[in-house]
Amino acid sequence: MIETCVPRLSVAVQAALGPFSLQASLEVGAEPLALVGPNGSGKTSLLLAILGLRTPDRGRIVLSDEILFDTALAIDRPTEERHLAYLPQDFGLFPHLTVVDNVAFALACRSESASPKQRCALAMTWLDRFAIGHLAKRNPSQLSGGERQRVALARALASSPKALLLDEPTASLDVEARVEVRAFLADSIRSLGLPTILVTHDVMDVEALASRIAVLEKGQVVACGLLHDVRAAPPTSFARRLLSSPTVPGTGPICTQGVHHN
Amino acid sequence: MKRAAGSRASSGRLYNAAMVGLGGVLLLFLVLPFVALVFDGGPEAIWRGLGCALTWPALRLSLATTLISVALVVLGGTPLAWWLARSRWRSARWLEILLQLPVVIPPAVGGIALLLAFGRRGLFGEALERLGWTPAFSVVAVVMAQVFVSAPFYLQAAVQAFGRLDPSLLAVARSLGASPPRLFLRVALPLARPWLIGGAAMSWARALGEFGATLMFAGNMTGKTQTLPLAIYTALELDIHTAQALSLLLVVFAFALLLFLRRFNRGAETTRRLATS
Amino acid sequence: MNRRRFVLIALLAAGLMAPFLALRASGGEKQELVVFAAASLREVFEKVALTFEKQHPNAKVRFNFAGSQDLRVQIEQGAKVDVFASADWKHMKLLASKDTVVEPAVFARNLPVVVVPKNNPAKLRTFADLPKAKHLVVGATEVPIGAYTDAIFAAAEKVYGKAFHEQVLAQIRSRELSVRQVLTKVVLGEGDAGIVYRTDALTVPDKVQIIDIPKAINIVAEYPIAVLKAAPASELARAFVKLVLSRQGQDTLAAAGFSKVDFQGLK
Repeated sequence: MIETCVPRLSVAVQAALGPFSLQASLEVGAEPLALVGPNGSGKTSLLLAILGLRTPDRGRIVLSDEILFDTALAIDRPTEERHLAYLPQDFGLFPHLTVVDNVAFALACRSESASPKQRCALAMTWLDRFAIGHLAKRNPSQLSGGERQRVALARALASSPKALLLDEPTASLDVEARVEVRAFLADSIRSLGLPTILVTHDVMDVEALASRIAVLEKGQVVACGLLHDVRAAPPTSFARRLLSSPTVPGTGPICTQGVHHN
Repeated sequence: MKRAAGSRASSGRLYNAAMVGLGGVLLLFLVLPFVALVFDGGPEAIWRGLGCALTWPALRLSLATTLISVALVVLGGTPLAWWLARSRWRSARWLEILLQLPVVIPPAVGGIALLLAFGRRGLFGEALERLGWTPAFSVVAVVMAQVFVSAPFYLQAAVQAFGRLDPSLLAVARSLGASPPRLFLRVALPLARPWLIGGAAMSWARALGEFGATLMFAGNMTGKTQTLPLAIYTALELDIHTAQALSLLLVVFAFALLLFLRRFNRGAETTRRLATS
Repeated sequence: MNRRRFVLIALLAAGLMAPFLALRASGGEKQELVVFAAASLREVFEKVALTFEKQHPNAKVRFNFAGSQDLRVQIEQGAKVDVFASADWKHMKLLASKDTVVEPAVFARNLPVVVVPKNNPAKLRTFADLPKAKHLVVGATEVPIGAYTDAIFAAAEKVYGKAFHEQVLAQIRSRELSVRQVLTKVVLGEGDAGIVYRTDALTVPDKVQIIDIPKAINIVAEYPIAVLKAAPASELARAFVKLVLSRQGQDTLAAAGFSKVDFQGLK
């Protein structure tokens, strides 16, 4: 089998985080990686460091063949140039712009030359691709959680990213929306083939969206590998508790409404 | 059981009496001077007062200078507030406190400070004079005094407005590739706009009422540096009804301004609800 | 919608700027003469200014009337002034010692008097009744009228006794920063009595009563006038001073109650 050139995100950073120090090293290829850990373990800081919104004390971040950050070489590309798509927990849709303008914003950032009309048309094609073209003129506050997630993803992809970073993608959704969104995201991530890091504390997200998992505790990566392997041998009590949550719907404390597809 | 009900009733009455009494006294105290301002002397005296030679130059000057002052405050204050709100530099906090000083010091102190800095024999005044510029006791001094006392109001509102912005929104914008100008102009400004306008209105109100620093630094020359508040002060020496008429003019302006502020604050509430829902 | 709002705001701004532009335009052509004069000179100098502007059609006189001490400080701080007219020699001398003024000359004399509100609530009839006034309003010491008042009271102690002096001082309610502020307080009824110049009392004859101060203790106020050394409009300034000292100017001053320069009366 000839190995095709797969985009790869390599992260190795070190940063002081108050009570402890973040020392994490990750490699993400075609298989999405779920990043889990207790609150305050440094997940968000790691994400921000990869994005370029926080500067680690030491480290190296490489995306495919581009060095985004390297203390040894004194390289620190600004966030705007890293081409990393960021989907925050609340989706981060601009409340002062309509849905189509939100997507057009991403296009305007990357291609200054296109005219507003061209951008609008292109934005519409992105919306249509995710079956939300009919929501184009709506304001984000008028959308449901699942619809907002689609708009956020459409906007993120419109900026031609080379990697995806999702922060708690289903945390702010109600239970039914979570199911719908998980399916949608799983589909999209699979078809995009971009390096994807997914921060979550929901084991169902992990199972639906990722094939590999990294456990972060007190700033250290205590386990990293295939979900199946880590579940079989959880290194810490947190990992054990998180991964031992039942996958059969309707039997765990989380599920309160009806029957879910998984 | 009966005793408890009785004592509850009497404590309820005491509570009502105290609330109404205390609050009512303050309310009366605040309202009565305005009543006197409107009704003392009668409409004829007020009309005559409005026709005084001081009135229209002062009104023109006040309008023109305060508008320029607010424009300058917004132009310089918005970038400054943006930097202050996002700066990680520890001294930025001290700088914020320093910039609030003109609010708490007496305006006359501001006037003296301006004289000591920019007066003919001031710290920078001599250098300025060599460049041919002597701002003290001119219309420019009026604007300078107004900017000095009113800027902190806008700055505080703007820093709070920018600080209140959802950081994840800014983070997303940057990740999408928004350059610093685009981030500021297309994301931060539109989202902060209602609070910025409110701050500008407060700043304008302060500039309109500015007296102490103006008197010291710009002097009190009719038609040249005599703003509406200074005209009121001068009018007291001439005819109390002129002073009354001019005061009413200022009060009407201030009232209109407050109404405008409330309408915009309601707009701000709507935007906030949209942003957080 | 955004463009429309922008146009609206631009129009509003332009409309509000118009008065400012009108302001600039109106003052543009004429040459300005800036006169700083003691508060008591307000009405009479405005009359003189009308005459002056008729004689010099290209000139516009701008006044700043305030307590002489305030005017002196502003001049020292660099205010651009052409003529300074003070209500006493103290402030003029302070400027002269720093070489700020050229050849000050006395152009008028004035007489302090006691004024009471029209209805005279304290029922004062002579100067000796002064301790009966429960609220006495005088000028602050730096103000010329305040300095004259202090001297008058000091002289009164010798004539009327220490008790009189102490009682009067105890009744002083407020020390104002200009003689007109003293007058206003008395007119408003905030003071039972005040000490101002005769000319001030004459500007509001229907609102106050005058009680003369005995010749023995009274002081004649001398008003000097001078052109500023750094006057921007020095020629016009000299012309203005000339007008004040001329027959015409002196007649105007006399009509307002000022004594002529060559008056040989008290002291």
